[in-house]
Amino acid sequence: MNPPSDVVVVGAGVMGAATAYFAARQGLRVTVLDKGLPASGTSSACEGNILVSDKELGPELELTRYSLSVWQRDLADHERLWEFERKGGIIVASHESSLASLHRVMAVQKDFGVQVEELDRDALRSAEPHITHEALGGAYYPEDCQVQPMLVAAQLVRLAVAAGATFHADTPVTGFLRSGGRVTGVRTARGDFPASAVVNCTGTWAGELAALAGVEVPVMPRRGFVMVTEPLPPMVHHKVYAAEYIDNVGSSDAGLQASPVVEGTPSGTILIGSTRERVGFDRSVSTEALARLARNAVALFPFLAEVKAIRHYHGFRPYCPDHLPVIGHDERAPGLWHAAGHEGAGIGLSAGTGKLLAQALAGQAPDLDLAPFSPARFAEAYA
Amino acid sequence: MSISFTFNGRPLEASAGQSVGAALTSNGFTAWRSTRKGGRPRGLFCGIGVCFDCLVTVDGDANQRACLAEVRDGMVVDGVEPLEGDRT
Amino acid sequence: MTEHVVQVDIFWADVAVVGAGPAGLAAAVAAAEAGASVAVVDSAAQPGGQYWRHRPETVIPDPDGRGHHDWDVYLDLRSRFDAARTRGAITYLPGRSVWMAQKHDDGFTLRTTPTLASPTPVATPTLASPTPVAVRGRRLVLCTGGYDRQLPVPGWDLPGVMAAGGIQAFIKANGSLPGRRFVIAGTGPFLLPVAAGIAEAGGTVVAVLEASAPSAWLPHLRAAVGVPEKALEGAGYAATFARHRIPYRTRSVVTEVLGENRAHAVRTARVDSAGRVRPGSERVYDDVDVVGFGWGFTPQLELPVSLGVATRIDADGSLVGVVDSRQESSVPGLFLAGEVTGVGGAALAVLEGLAAGGAAADGTGAPPSSAILPPKAAARAERHRRFARAMHQAHPVPAAWSEWLTPETTVCRCEEVTAGEITAARSELGAADSRSLKSFTRAGMGWCQGRVCGFAASCLAAGNSHPSEPSLAASAKRPLAAPVSIGELAALNDADY
Repeated sequence: MNPPSDVVVVGAGVMGAATAYFAARQGLRVTVLDKGLPASGTSSACEGNILVSDKELGPELELTRYSLSVWQRDLADHERLWEFERKGGIIVASHESSLASLHRVMAVQKDFGVQVEELDRDALRSAEPHITHEALGGAYYPEDCQVQPMLVAAQLVRLAVAAGATFHADTPVTGFLRSGGRVTGVRTARGDFPASAVVNCTGTWAGELAALAGVEVPVMPRRGFVMVTEPLPPMVHHKVYAAEYIDNVGSSDAGLQASPVVEGTPSGTILIGSTRERVGFDRSVSTEALARLARNAVALFPFLAEVKAIRHYHGFRPYCPDHLPVIGHDERAPGLWHAAGHEGAGIGLSAGTGKLLAQALAGQAPDLDLAPFSPARFAEAYA
Repeated sequence: MSISFTFNGRPLEASAGQSVGAALTSNGFTAWRSTRKGGRPRGLFCGIGVCFDCLVTVDGDANQRACLAEVRDGMVVDGVEPLEGDRT
Repeated sequence: MTEHVVQVDIFWADVAVVGAGPAGLAAAVAAAEAGASVAVVDSAAQPGGQYWRHRPETVIPDPDGRGHHDWDVYLDLRSRFDAARTRGAITYLPGRSVWMAQKHDDGFTLRTTPTLASPTPVATPTLASPTPVAVRGRRLVLCTGGYDRQLPVPGWDLPGVMAAGGIQAFIKANGSLPGRRFVIAGTGPFLLPVAAGIAEAGGTVVAVLEASAPSAWLPHLRAAVGVPEKALEGAGYAATFARHRIPYRTRSVVTEVLGENRAHAVRTARVDSAGRVRPGSERVYDDVDVVGFGWGFTPQLELPVSLGVATRIDADGSLVGVVDSRQESSVPGLFLAGEVTGVGGAALAVLEGLAAGGAAADGTGAPPSSAILPPKAAARAERHRRFARAMHQAHPVPAAWSEWLTPETTVCRCEEVTAGEITAARSELGAADSRSLKSFTRAGMGWCQGRVCGFAASCLAAGNSHPSEPSLAASAKRPLAAPVSIGELAALNDADY
């Protein structure tokens, strides 16, 4: 039996790390468990985006804006630890119809307080000199940022430990401790870890862990490939994507979808994302996905045709059927909390999610209403 | 048989069949690339196409492995100018 | 000779072979002679691999094999290879690198890309096709060889420092030397032919520094005498060393390469059996312009790993593929031969290639062969394996090698990650394997994709000199086995998925 904690956080990806960090800062006794090493799941197989530009209006945009403020205020002192970069995003429209849609989206976003500037053809070309000549115009989002996600997770775990938390790697959870209907801790090969609250931060695997507690949380994997080029002198200065990307993010289509997302990185490589397809946990490489990524990228930046890809990777984005994350206490299994299902936005949303959850775990009213993300919505759906 | 090529505009001679790396080495160059972070000189290392340290621009094609590419008459080779003391 | 005019972009064959070194040539020849149709993809412009690398046949059409071992074996395999090509049994695709291998129900697909942007003219026709070129084989034989294993040391990133095998390749391919005065250091019998080759080409070998000791051989003598040709080879090197007065210092290592913008000297030291420097034993060799390092070999394993073969750690600490007596891996229809099954030298690679090629041809319509290798050859292969094991045990990576590093020493040459950064990632962020180390520091994320620093980084992450199989396997996981242009990926045919 391990010493009792106020909070056991399961999963040391960005979500678990942020939750543990803010909970420890609340003065709670925190234990973090991971089945492997920190940042070895979805957090290590994404692009590290903190994006405002691609969010649909509603609770996710609210959470995004809140999270951005947490990154830039609460975590400002540490931003160099994870290569926080105010890179700015540019959405490019290459057709009259998509340009018109983009203008409509921009108008609404402005009403919601999103910072966005219209770029005409010339302004777009001066911001991104190598953009395709087909580009008609675009929108510039100065708030879009980027971090190195593996460092976020690992450093937040380290900072949580420095603030009093305990971390155990290679400690998969095999079951829950129960007392009556309540969850009172977890079982592992390293013994039992009793706790007043257990937070499920296992991302794509959140459904499996929830099932061990007898509740259903419909988090499913969506596979995304990202391609990485040879290091080059700076050629792409922002996170550049096509107007169609926004529609794609919210899609439930099981088939392969790809829209160009191209960005330069401090290491000189260019990241080319990203595909989205529902194929379960299939790890086999899809030449179709690579070909689509390549075609889309070349359409956006023709010079890329001559550039070499040196690697690619894929991750499994955790998503719920309604494309909203699940954050908060699960009434069906009292004592169990969730912070999972952030789909392709988990890095950006982690800071805000962690802080809000820590407030709730400490018995405070969270800065932002968590009701839209409540696990209760599944209770209704699966009752 | 001797052939001619240029390195950063300098006319140089090489033996037919030599690699670009060997042609540069036999002309006294040991480095023709500099690293991104530290700006450190680099030249041949693994010699068999594995390490990519010897990258050079050949006839306009960037990032070619000098240890594998064969030098040819009239070839235009470009790289980073040697630092002081790195030429033999 | 029949010239194949290339109109299509997919080559179909009973047996696809990757590599045209000792194992690949042997596998291709054996499969073709058993009646199978064979396609050979090789990244080099002409056959031979690293071991039989020779000057371009466009310049020297009939190489005399000077400086080569077993040249008669090469000539025999090459003439059989060329004969099989002439009768259309072998399709040869030189100058192309496989960037991905895929497994299907009925075989394997190899996706290839030109190794160089402007393929050099070669004696054999090269494919400079802008369209993607793929090979479909019902069976696949991977003979991708290996490269020098490296351990970082202060100054090893200076120009003038080369892989020992890189120096040898330079001499073989160019007929000239990459410098004047050489120090060769590391461990293993391979240091001897490298130094001998330099001396015979007219260079000065200032010293050969072997980290191990001759007494390390004694327990393994029985295995060594099982392969008499190796003893002869050794005697030959001894004579060359004596003739050229090459100092051979055992239990000695280079602790630092000195120089500002290029190597001009080395600091060396005597070490104990763990590789710890003996105080007071340090000395400097001045006027050195090339330093060659070799710490054994790293088998090139990304293709086998990407296809999911079972792997193991060999006696030398390398990750290798597991095969049965027919050289078949855990993936049915996928055969491995040569260094990818365990570093054992060219003679063993040829025997394994012959076995793999014959076995791969079996059941593809070719007449079934009862025994893949005749019993005598099989016994010879076993003796070579015993000998290799003995060599590996006598020449281990020194346990304390990381003590030679300073925090400023570059470990990952591509991304310029230092030993200090790696130590910090391990102690502060819990990077205990190559994968998390790569995530946190970028070690292994650059141009070479961890081929050069993978072993060393795994050691540093684990805090020992024996990286675990999962850590080395993670380091060998390279979803793109070679750089490929995005334009080429974009041109992949929809029907071809």
